[in-house]
Amino acid sequence: MTAARVVVGAAVAAVLAYPLAASPYYATHMLMFFGYAIIVLGLNLLFGYTGLLSFGHSLFVALGAYAAAFLTSHFGVRSMELILVVAAVAGAAVAAPVGALCVRYARIYFAMLTLAFAMLFHSFLMKFYHVTGGDEGMRVLRPSLLGWDLAAVPKIQFLTVHYYYYASAVLLIAAVVMWRIVGSPFGLCLRSIRENPEKAASLGVSVARHRWAAFVISAAYAAVGGALLAPTTGQVDPSLAYWTHSGNMVFMTLLGGFSHFFGPALGALVFIHLQDQVMSLIPYWRLVFGAILAAIVIFAPGGLMSFVARSPGSAT
Amino acid sequence: MVADATNILLSGVFHAAILFLVAAGLQVVFGVQRIFNLACGSFYALGAYFGVSCVRWALDAGLPPGLFILPLIAGGLALAVVGPVVERLLRFVYDRDEAFQLLLTFAVVLMLEDVTRLVWGTSPVSTGGLYLIYGNVRLLGAQVPVYNLLVIGASLAIAVLIGFVLTRTRFGRIIRATAENREMSEAVGVDMRRVYTRVFTLGTVLGTLGGALVIPSTAAMSEMGVELIVEAFAVVVIGGLGSMRGAAAGALTVGVLRAIAIATYPELEMLLIYLIVIAVLVFRPRGLFGEAAA
Repeated sequence: MTAARVVVGAAVAAVLAYPLAASPYYATHMLMFFGYAIIVLGLNLLFGYTGLLSFGHSLFVALGAYAAAFLTSHFGVRSMELILVVAAVAGAAVAAPVGALCVRYARIYFAMLTLAFAMLFHSFLMKFYHVTGGDEGMRVLRPSLLGWDLAAVPKIQFLTVHYYYYASAVLLIAAVVMWRIVGSPFGLCLRSIRENPEKAASLGVSVARHRWAAFVISAAYAAVGGALLAPTTGQVDPSLAYWTHSGNMVFMTLLGGFSHFFGPALGALVFIHLQDQVMSLIPYWRLVFGAILAAIVIFAPGGLMSFVARSPGSAT
Repeated sequence: MVADATNILLSGVFHAAILFLVAAGLQVVFGVQRIFNLACGSFYALGAYFGVSCVRWALDAGLPPGLFILPLIAGGLALAVVGPVVERLLRFVYDRDEAFQLLLTFAVVLMLEDVTRLVWGTSPVSTGGLYLIYGNVRLLGAQVPVYNLLVIGASLAIAVLIGFVLTRTRFGRIIRATAENREMSEAVGVDMRRVYTRVFTLGTVLGTLGGALVIPSTAAMSEMGVELIVEAFAVVVIGGLGSMRGAAAGALTVGVLRAIAIATYPELEMLLIYLIVIAVLVFRPRGLFGEAAA
């Protein structure tokens, strides 16, 4: 336990010191990491803890990102805190009915139904051009952080200093909250559902209601992560909702290790940096990543975490 | 009015004929192996690219342009060799959770998408003007490319052939028995490894043939695989997972409705299809012809 605390403390310190040592280019990669880490923390509440594979989380990521775009460019809302809250509420509000339909099924049918909803949203974003900007997407204006208007700050400085620490703090809060969730009796119920839904039900756990709650929380996380990603690129487009984007997020989760609390975040970190490295060498990153994914699925389904740690924070 | 309706209907049926082939490949693999093969869209893309290459080689070798359909079909059939390779990869995860099987096929999707980029480049490739080489015919006032009718006919013939194989041959009986009860057919002496390899290869060929046949009417792009898989997915959900009749009914539904939507309310295009998919999954998860949902 203490060793794990040392590792987590060292990781937090490394993240905080990173922009001082690394070039702005790599620091902006970390912004992608903060967003995706939050998303896969939520995704893994469904997959690793509850045993439901969503192939449609791109829906909620896009929802959060478009919420940021709408609020900043159409409604003049610049407060990032407000944007994050609206994204979380929107994600949960959409997930409530969608989840109620999806959690009636498990296994392959759950994956397919979530995929169908994500593609529904994708074609809405593509086709309702006058609302969403179609395939060109929308611009995301620079938000204010904690009421601090940073419009005058140069872009690189804004991203690698102000927004960097802001986003890392959001990730930290999201991780702590998720840690409490999975450690609570509620989290234990989710794990019992994953292991054996029939037995969990016979012990008095309401399987459908717990799955639904996990789905809604998970969607809110995805939306917050999506909203956090939006100002980094300053642009959102429908590819955020496309099914392959969901696939990549499941990939991250599996790469790091779905049976460990920190696994998915590690997977996001490795995915983002490795993708950048591979793309700088050859344009065919999918070929390399497909081979990596196949190797993980076949030989190391526990992901990178299975090589590193076992006990603390383990989801099993 | 009649001419417009005929046009829309026949372009929908043409699309349905292609969709049926890919979806049938998805169905036969799911029915027997219980794997939802995301890579069947990639087989379709592979078939399209390779079909273009085959036609170009044949024309360069002096084949009369009117016979271009022969190298096209040969190319689609030749890609059967991809089937056993991918199946060998999947063999590692037959006894694992469905989530891992799905992810492994996703890995194949990623790899094959870049294989097409690597081999054929990033710009679209096409067979040029061969599409209209057989001319048009007038049907109820509508101008219909003869090639479309050929593809519809070919797809129908393949559907009949699949039906014949499944119901009248030994191989078909084994497939149906395995889909029904895997342990039992293994117990009576069916070599499951060989059945799986053959079934997966059949699924692959249906996909590559679909891609090869569609390509004269459009251009091959590296994203066509991931785009088609969601349509094929809609087809099998509407028709019912694992059912061949379902693949045919689903393909017609998706193909024709999409053609109508494009002609009347273009905004609706795929939106309408996904709404139907969700409605089917919610109200009748086994689809129109499927078995009971898990």
